[in-house]
Amino acid sequence: MKTIRIGTGAGYSGDRIEPAVELAEKGGIGYLVFECLAERTIAIAQQARLANPDMGYDALMVDRLRAVLPACRKNGVRIITNMGAANPLAAGRKAVEVAKEMGFTGIKVATVSGDEVRTLVISENLRLDDSGKPAAEMAEAIVSANAYLGARPIAEALGQGADIVITGRVADPSLFLAPMLHEFGWSDTDWEKLGKGTVVGHLMECAGQVTGGYYADPGVKDVPGLGHLGFPIAEVDETGGAVITKVAEAGGMVTTDTCKEQILYELHDPHAYKTPDVTADFSGVRFIQEGPDRVRVEGANGRERPETLKVSVGYKDGFHGEGQISYAGPGAVARGRLALDVVAERLETVGLKADEIRYDLIGINSLHGEGLSQGGDPYEVRVRVIARTRDKRNATLVGNEVETLYTNGPACGGGAAKSVKEIVAMDSTLVPRAAVNPHVDMLEA
Amino acid sequence: MKLHEIAHSRTGDKGNISNISLIVYKPEDYERVKAAVTPERVKQYFSSIVTGKVVRYELPNLHALNFVMHGALGGGVTRSIALDAHGKSLASALMNMEIS
Repeated sequence: MKTIRIGTGAGYSGDRIEPAVELAEKGGIGYLVFECLAERTIAIAQQARLANPDMGYDALMVDRLRAVLPACRKNGVRIITNMGAANPLAAGRKAVEVAKEMGFTGIKVATVSGDEVRTLVISENLRLDDSGKPAAEMAEAIVSANAYLGARPIAEALGQGADIVITGRVADPSLFLAPMLHEFGWSDTDWEKLGKGTVVGHLMECAGQVTGGYYADPGVKDVPGLGHLGFPIAEVDETGGAVITKVAEAGGMVTTDTCKEQILYELHDPHAYKTPDVTADFSGVRFIQEGPDRVRVEGANGRERPETLKVSVGYKDGFHGEGQISYAGPGAVARGRLALDVVAERLETVGLKADEIRYDLIGINSLHGEGLSQGGDPYEVRVRVIARTRDKRNATLVGNEVETLYTNGPACGGGAAKSVKEIVAMDSTLVPRAAVNPHVDMLEA
Repeated sequence: MKLHEIAHSRTGDKGNISNISLIVYKPEDYERVKAAVTPERVKQYFSSIVTGKVVRYELPNLHALNFVMHGALGGGVTRSIALDAHGKSLASALMNMEIS
């Protein structure tokens, strides 16, 4: 039975670089997939593209390609990635340039475009899911709108012989499903196989999160070698049967428990995990430990795909202004609480206009609030005040009033820091499948 | 005892929705945890954070429950002013829940 091996080279845009090199060198893989495009990343990339039409792709793409290309060329590993972000074509041209600089010729680089739908979302005045607002009302604030594409255009690019496929917004599991479509010739309506492949993609898309990363809890869940955590390999056969594993000498581990945590990650209804390719059914999945760091995935299924495509919409939504300062030793908590009271009074005095404001004591209540936090006096606490404001001037007031605690607040405050950030918030909507036309372009080094 | 002694958990985020898994280590603990950790109890437990409904899905094959908590992330990961805007640490709060 035909089997392919797919590795995950990155699970988010800032992920470690070396594990991908290890996979390309020692993983025995045919495909290396880099998932680097969080919801908001594409909105920020779109702003970069507006400032410079040659930019708008992932900032680490060049570093990642330089690191893995030698081993990928040597071992015949094909690369699939969404590092094209808001500008797959520019990313493709850059990839060709990198390959040439490194002396690799004959490399075929495909780009997948067509996810960009900002104009459509505004002209059709689509309603946004979270805010409930019609898009036309927010037209000026909307910086990006990208439909989630599926696996098919990537599979087409592979069919045309691409060594590297660079996309913009594509559903994360689809990046992994694409080589299965290409290698096994699965049809677009073979729902069961598409469901199985999508479960594999979902397990793989966060890289180290299935090999023991984000899992360790000393004394309860111990993980060997987190400092050199290996990224996962999926061995998939033509029926959709799959095993999750890793390079033997890499750190981390693959167990039924690491797989259970990851299959439930960012999952809502296990019976209906919707992607552009399929409505996958995770409810029957079982994991079997076949050997050390080898877990078999069984029981996934699928039904007809949704008729609409999800679109993530990025819009400017004001500013976050923040300030922090620390207190330690006897009375640290009391001084921290006094500092928060002083800042609250000061922000009222200076007339802060904010949509939302929050007063935290890091070490006491900053993560889960007073209700769930357990009390007790830590040796040190960190004051944190943050507000969401409409304009930059008001955002700036927050950090300034925390900083003035140095000379005006409780005793011995140290390590003050302040920041102001423009917010690009994300919302979503749906578009008809027929309104989106993905296309593949091919370049050659 | 705390759930931490018999189960493990991970939080995921999508928009303003947080999902928390609850996975028991030993299959024999599954029914007991299912009876004790109802969606109503989880909604009450996180009442200071979660503004919307809590839906529970059962995954008996995995000896796991999945709690989907609506309105849990301060308006959404990208807008939230919470220190942990993704709510990634919420699983640890669930692990602190006492069960008999």
